[in-house]
Amino acid sequence: MTGVEALKAGGLLTFAALVQVSIAEWIEVGEGHPDVVLVTLVAVALLRGPVFGAVSGFWVGLVLDTASFGTIGLTSLLLTIAGYWTGRFGELTTRASAHPLLIAVAFATVGVALGSAVLHFMLGLTVPASYLFLGVLLPTLALNMLLAYPLYGLCARIFPPRVPRIRREGVTAGV
Amino acid sequence: MLDAPVRRGEGPSSRTGRAFRARLVAAVLVLVSLGLITVYFRESSDGPLHAAQRIGVSVLMPFEVAGERVARPFRDGWAYVSDLFEAKSENDELRAELEEARDRLIAEQIAARENKRLREILGYIGGPSFPADFEPIAARVVSRPPSPYQQEVIIAAGSDAGVRKDAPVVTDDGLVGLVTEVTSNSAKVTLLTDQQSAVSSVVLESNAAGVVRHGTSASTLILDRVGKDQLVEEGNLVVTAGWRSQRFESLYPPGIPIGKVKSVGQQDVDLYKRIQVAPLVDFDSLAEVIVLRERPEARRARTRGTQQGQTTQQ
Repeated sequence: MTGVEALKAGGLLTFAALVQVSIAEWIEVGEGHPDVVLVTLVAVALLRGPVFGAVSGFWVGLVLDTASFGTIGLTSLLLTIAGYWTGRFGELTTRASAHPLLIAVAFATVGVALGSAVLHFMLGLTVPASYLFLGVLLPTLALNMLLAYPLYGLCARIFPPRVPRIRREGVTAGV
Repeated sequence: MLDAPVRRGEGPSSRTGRAFRARLVAAVLVLVSLGLITVYFRESSDGPLHAAQRIGVSVLMPFEVAGERVARPFRDGWAYVSDLFEAKSENDELRAELEEARDRLIAEQIAARENKRLREILGYIGGPSFPADFEPIAARVVSRPPSPYQQEVIIAAGSDAGVRKDAPVVTDDGLVGLVTEVTSNSAKVTLLTDQQSAVSSVVLESNAAGVVRHGTSASTLILDRVGKDQLVEEGNLVVTAGWRSQRFESLYPPGIPIGKVKSVGQQDVDLYKRIQVAPLVDFDSLAEVIVLRERPEARRARTRGTQQGQTTQQ
């Protein structure tokens, strides 16, 4: 993780957080909203790996909790795990995987929603399961899937995919 | 997509080392997050994390306002189109309500005159009345509830504009909630639909008293603690009670409309009626709100009245 890339990621995710609180929260389908921050984080973590994903998730979680007067640390916890997991998924996935981005976004969306439900339950705040799954999670999942490719394209311009290193032995063996 | 997996060409020991480092970083950040949550819950609202959060909100607020301004024309356009579909039925409803309101206005004007005269005769000292004893501070909503668990909005007016903690917040339609955090240029309003909110209320028609709390979803309310012997019917109006005892006082002045009774039920095993209330405020499309600030002269008069009451009791 270079300093410049860290700054770029910090700026991009802070911008995403501001878009989330001032614009995306107003876009409502059912009771769900597009999660610009989560999709951007997934894209960044897929492009730069688990350490970058975890640190980015922690940072943007802090920004979100601050901007929305939320419980400091709660979103950081969820997004740190989401960023780390996505980064690992990106490392382990292969070219043969079909649409790994959509899979990562779907798992991250469901995981964050379930994690949030568990954490809030432990803090004494609950919502009915039917409302959470049908009203909130399903529309959010659909909206996040729609956002996945455009946001990944944008992130790939800012963080160009790294060219895989080819081992010298492999090259000479082929000659 | 993902056509360049991260450093696939590395040796196994390097990969293991990087995986360990990644796990370590994630574990440390998770522990820090858990620590932050714990400290945030344990400290008072004047604690360092809360103070840092207020500073953070003040710094981010101009950007949030800018974003909200950019998005507003698009949002208004969408709202205009969606409102067109509902305009006709709403028009019919409003005409019926207007007819009813005209009849009621005449009766209420007579009652208000009589009430004023009787208060003068008795030297009656009441609590702050809504809306006469309050001055409004209009504010734009710049951020909506971030999750189904937090029914809170951020408004673009803070202590500089005269907003104070625990100030009631309304719209033209009725009660919205309460100011629960204030910075210099913003404030957090906890909505009536939040799980932490509860408002002492009365049913206007029968004077049945209860507590309005959040319902099963983000836009429903229930009126709790209404005894089975109380008369409550569908369509009754629920307003704030604004009760006051010697030590405590409701944060909401009396008479702010909250909602209309949607359904009433009761079972033999229940202590209270089960009353669902449809809020008058559309919490899903809050764009502007009014923060109420008690007028200084009203506050002075109330303090005088309280002191007089205590002297009389002594």
